[in-house]
Order: sequence, then structure tokens, then C-alpha cells
Amino acid sequence: MNENDDKLKDEKLKTALFNYLLGLGDDLLILGHRLSEWCGHAPVIEEDIALSNIALDCLGEANAFLQYAAETEGRGRSEDDLAFFRDAIEFKNFQMVELPNGDFAFTVARQFLFSSYSFILFGELQKSRLPKLASIAAKSFKEVKYHLRHSVEWVLRLGDGTEESHYRMQHALDELWMYTGELFLDEGLDRVLIENGFVPESLKLKPLWQERVNEVISRATLLIPTEDSHMARGGRKGIHTEYLGHLLSEMQILARSYPGAKW
Amino acid sequence: MPLSSSNDTQWALWEVFLQEDEGAPHIHAGSLHAADAEMAIQNARDVYARRGPVKSIWVVPSEEITATTPQDNDSFFDPAEDKVYRHPQFYKVPKGVRGV
Repeated sequence: MNENDDKLKDEKLKTALFNYLLGLGDDLLILGHRLSEWCGHAPVIEEDIALSNIALDCLGEANAFLQYAAETEGRGRSEDDLAFFRDAIEFKNFQMVELPNGDFAFTVARQFLFSSYSFILFGELQKSRLPKLASIAAKSFKEVKYHLRHSVEWVLRLGDGTEESHYRMQHALDELWMYTGELFLDEGLDRVLIENGFVPESLKLKPLWQERVNEVISRATLLIPTEDSHMARGGRKGIHTEYLGHLLSEMQILARSYPGAKW
Repeated sequence: MPLSSSNDTQWALWEVFLQEDEGAPHIHAGSLHAADAEMAIQNARDVYARRGPVKSIWVVPSEEITATTPQDNDSFFDPAEDKVYRHPQFYKVPKGVRGV
């Protein structure tokens, strides 16, 4: 117990942290589920294994954040309750991660944009004044470094590859761009978390993300999509695309059909 | 960079060698397909190095390996049981030498 854990007895701070952790956990849970859909469908077996590995990493990270969220809430819910017994409107993930996989280029582009964001976010969260948050972030950061490396290498090869791979990668980036805005909005975030040094301000992460992402896109001979396009928003407030409900019905059916089922 | 023939839809084949400890030899773990060396290293990490300790990975294009053929076996690898002069069995190992 340190003084900051003590602060969490404050109801307002507790709720703020709970919501923040749900956001992080939901991003990873939903992205992990989407990546797992590639299992058995990737272009080659090596990539099948790579995507499944990344999916498992994401689920492991989601598990840690949701566990911490459940503990913070203190109402006897478990990480599984949070994952399987909430409806779409209660999910706080960014819309980007719930989008259907599209082709391999789309999945890779999404992973690249999201992992670039996670890399910067977890890098900062390692300095959180909440020891537990810092330690989960540190463990996740190690995994994210690999996810980023994997997706960057593919963006470079597809972008600077054949005419078709170049076109598909450019198209994927263009399609995804409108979902990158909300990563840096801090929507629904109680600023009390920033003031206490628990979490970084997302807006401050944006230039770092931009720099990293632009550098790779340019190296891949691709064009950076325009800044002024319409940006989707609302994921952190429970506003989602039409796709999340379908994803959840598949992801949650087992737990809801057989409550308490054990492997 | 190994080139594949135009009607070959597979990526090039690579052999993977893993080292489990500092100073230990790299041991052949298996093979995989990859577009180039960097991707071969990444695939090797996913396919062969997820469990157990690994300190280092080598990947080598399979076509760069020259191997003996089974026909050579009797002249190459005739067991040496009956050739005592091939074995260093007439030496005393000094005390204090470990791991021999």
C-alpha cells in the first residue's frame, strides 16, 4: 500500500480509474478477439502463428487490465464478468479495434497504427504513480515492442512491394485514418487521473505517435492520409460501430450460455 | 537473397538454429518459409522460440546448405569401434578438468 493506493478510497478517483482501465482492457480484448479470427486463415502458416501469438499477448494484457479494473471497482465482479457480461454500450474500446479484419493489409495497418499508440502510451504509463498500473504497463510494453516490429516490417514490405500490395496498404491506411483521431481525445476521461500523475495526457502523446507513424509510412513509399478528414469518436463513451455487437455475440455466447463454465 | 522460380508461390525456405545459453552451440530447430532474412528471424521467434529459454537465433537460407548424400555414408561415416587409434583413450585426463 502506498499513499496513492490510499487515495483510491476516494470514490471519484476510484470511478475514474475504473473507467480508464476498462478502456485499456477493452481495446486489447476486442483487438485480441479480432486477431484470433485470423487463426487458420492467414496467407501462410508462419503468419497464422504470428497473428495468433499477438492475439494471445493482447488477451493476456486485457486480462491484467480488466482484473485491475474489477479490483478497483470492488463490487465482486471478476475480469471474466467484465469481458463476457457487459453489452456493447458498456464497452469503452476505440472503434478502430472492432472493425472487421478486411484483408491482410488492413489487419497489418490497424496493428501498426494501434501498436504505435500502445508503444508510446505504455512507455509513459510505466512512470505512473500507481505501482500496479506501472508494472502491468511495463510487462505489456515488452510485448508491444514486438507487435510493433512485426507490423512495421509488413507495412514496409507491402507498401514498398508490388503494385497490388502498395495499393492495398495505401487503401487500408486511408480507410483507417478516421479512426485514429479518438486515440488522442481523452474522451470520457476524468482529468483527476492526470492531475494525480496516474496517467499521461493523450494529447501530449500525439506528436510522438505522429512522428513515428509518418516516418514508417514515408519509408514504405506511401502517402500520409490528410489530417483534416472527418474523425470518428465516442468509443470511450460506449458509442460504437455496427460491428461490435456482432463481435460480442460471438465472443460472449459461451460464457452466457454456460455461466461459470470451466475448462 | 535466395530467389525462387517464377512458378513457385512459396517464399524461400530458411533453416533455423537456436542457442539456449551464452556460449552454447546454435542447434538446428527446424525450417520455415519467409520473404527475407528479417521476416525469417521474426517467424523463427514465433514458431520456435516462444517456449523455453532462447538467447540467440540464426536463420540461413536452406539452399545455402551443402549436405552429404546417403550414398556417401559407408565411406564417410563407417563406425570406428574397431579403430582404436581414432579414439583418444590413451591419455590421462588431468584432475580438475570438468565436463569431458
